[in-house]
Amino acid sequence: MLGFVLRRLLAAIPTLLAVLTLVFVIVRVVPGDPALVILGDQATPEATAAVRERLGLDRPLLVQYFDFLGSALQGDFGNSLVTNRPILSEVRAVLPHTVDLTLASMVIGVAIGVPVGIWAALNRNGVIDVMARLLSLIGLSFPVFVSGVFLLLAFGLHWRLFPVIGSADLNDPLDRLHKLVLPAMTLGLLMAAYITRVTRSAMLQSLGEDYMRTARAKGVPRRRVVWVHGLRNAALPIVTVVGLYVGILLGNSVLTEIVFNRPGLGKIIVGALNQRDYPMLQGLLVIYCFLIVIVNLITDLLYGVIDPRVKAA
Amino acid sequence: MATPVRGCRIPQRNTGGNCGQAVDEPSGSAAMTTTAALELIGLRTEFRIGGAWYPAVRDLSLRLERNETLALVGESGCGKSVTALSVMGLVQPPFGRVAAGSILLDGMELAGASEKALETIRGDRMAMIFQEPMTSLNPVMTVGDQVAESLMIHRGLSRGEALERARALFEEVKIPSPAARLREYPHQFSGGMRQRVMIAMALACEPAVLLADEPTTALDVTIQAQVLGLLADLRERHGMAVLFITHNLGVVAQIADRVAVMYAGEIVEQGPVDVIFADPRHPYTRALFAAIPRLDQAEQELSAIGGRVPPLDQMPEGCRFAPRCPLAQAGCELPQPLVALAATHAARCHVTTAAVMHA
Repeated sequence: MLGFVLRRLLAAIPTLLAVLTLVFVIVRVVPGDPALVILGDQATPEATAAVRERLGLDRPLLVQYFDFLGSALQGDFGNSLVTNRPILSEVRAVLPHTVDLTLASMVIGVAIGVPVGIWAALNRNGVIDVMARLLSLIGLSFPVFVSGVFLLLAFGLHWRLFPVIGSADLNDPLDRLHKLVLPAMTLGLLMAAYITRVTRSAMLQSLGEDYMRTARAKGVPRRRVVWVHGLRNAALPIVTVVGLYVGILLGNSVLTEIVFNRPGLGKIIVGALNQRDYPMLQGLLVIYCFLIVIVNLITDLLYGVIDPRVKAA
Repeated sequence: MATPVRGCRIPQRNTGGNCGQAVDEPSGSAAMTTTAALELIGLRTEFRIGGAWYPAVRDLSLRLERNETLALVGESGCGKSVTALSVMGLVQPPFGRVAAGSILLDGMELAGASEKALETIRGDRMAMIFQEPMTSLNPVMTVGDQVAESLMIHRGLSRGEALERARALFEEVKIPSPAARLREYPHQFSGGMRQRVMIAMALACEPAVLLADEPTTALDVTIQAQVLGLLADLRERHGMAVLFITHNLGVVAQIADRVAVMYAGEIVEQGPVDVIFADPRHPYTRALFAAIPRLDQAEQELSAIGGRVPPLDQMPEGCRFAPRCPLAQAGCELPQPLVALAATHAARCHVTTAAVMHA
């Protein structure tokens, strides 16, 4: 197990290096002088040169590259052009909100999607199956800014169960949870729709396998056959989709964040884009890739836990 | 007649008057007074094609005694496996159903039993070994846990106790270094070793009846001989009744006491191994023997049975083998009873048993 973890961690290093290099190159290749971006069109040559020197842009590319690598590895991505605060601390301030939202919608998605998917598979082409497929299609078809607004109107305005605007106090767990419910439902239902479909098809395949018949021939009760023998074999595709989706959610929950007025990673990425905050974008890109690598690593580790053949490979 | 009486059921009744001769179970009157380990009476298992139900097994009766191996022989699709799955209660709606007949396990009726009742019997009093050792084991559970599972369910053992028992079973089926191998996964086992795991799993609760569905077909010949030897040993030691399904007559000769030959869902001939091998009566049985390649006769052409088993929804009336039979003649289109040729030998063919019928 430890060897497996180490091997996967080592395999992540080239990925991260490649990302860092790519980000470095993109920022240098994109036309336009960062100093001019900072100072504006009317800058004097002296001021521009001063900024270039401050940013280290006057040094040879290779020196800049290793400098960039070195500070990135220490978590130093420079300061935001807009707020002039270190990028890492900007990210740290919003990351808990993003992680909250991502994990909560993952839990909701799995808690709804897996049982419904199994239920649908067991009643293939029956009423339950058709309903589940229809509902998941509807779930997939609704953009979050529509379903989110619906949830807001229903539970925020009509019944007034949950707050309409939600920048939670991170030190108050109850407040955090309370303001999390609606946005997490919005993304969780979407994720549940995905997971229902994947679970259903993985389970259908699993149900037809010989080992399921063997388990029943042993006298294993039907419920246990499905939930133990079937689900563990169907778990690989489910974990894959969950992992993929968690990766996407980390940076792409911006629409949900806007609808519910929550701080988050997605929101500052869009903000940095709008304000041409290049160092911020560069840092966010690297941090985001790092998070994806971590999520993939966890997914890979779960593969090894679920399927012993993965470890051997 | 409210309940079906052995040896005198609907097809026989229609032909009338031959109840004394036409018996479906030719194992002698002495055996009938004792309870068989497994007895099937008039089993009919149907599958749904389109909207209609068609029988894959029709009016099948057989008796399996304790400490006996009965080989169920026939080509692919003749209903051998369906028969075994019916006994296990694993033919289930919406795809298939046991439509009629009795399945008596030590005198206890299983046909129509609830799923709950069947779950307590499966793996405990009867067990099944499947043909594909490669796919029949759960790839994500250790083999030890898979063997232990039925002991935990049926015997209420703790996981530790069950694994200890599983280790002993591994020893019994001759898996080397059993304690270590318990913790391994199926992909770490060879085909023959996996089939030993399947056997250990089936034997875990010491079942009275073992249904072995082509357990050696997927194995190479040397491994096949080892597994057959192992099964014969185990049957002896546990006094099990074994229903051995195979299409390999060589295997039959090696392991079986009696043979039942199936064609298109019916038993067409049954009797002791030596009798069937020495004097096969049904044209289909004869054709099966003729199809075995002989090494002692040079330049001999392989003889195959022409044509193929008719699909379920296009079964001919009367004898189902008639369209492929070299001896087909008038009368084959009538229902064919299983006619006793001797106390323990019976065949379902009016042509080859005519002498006996008229005697």
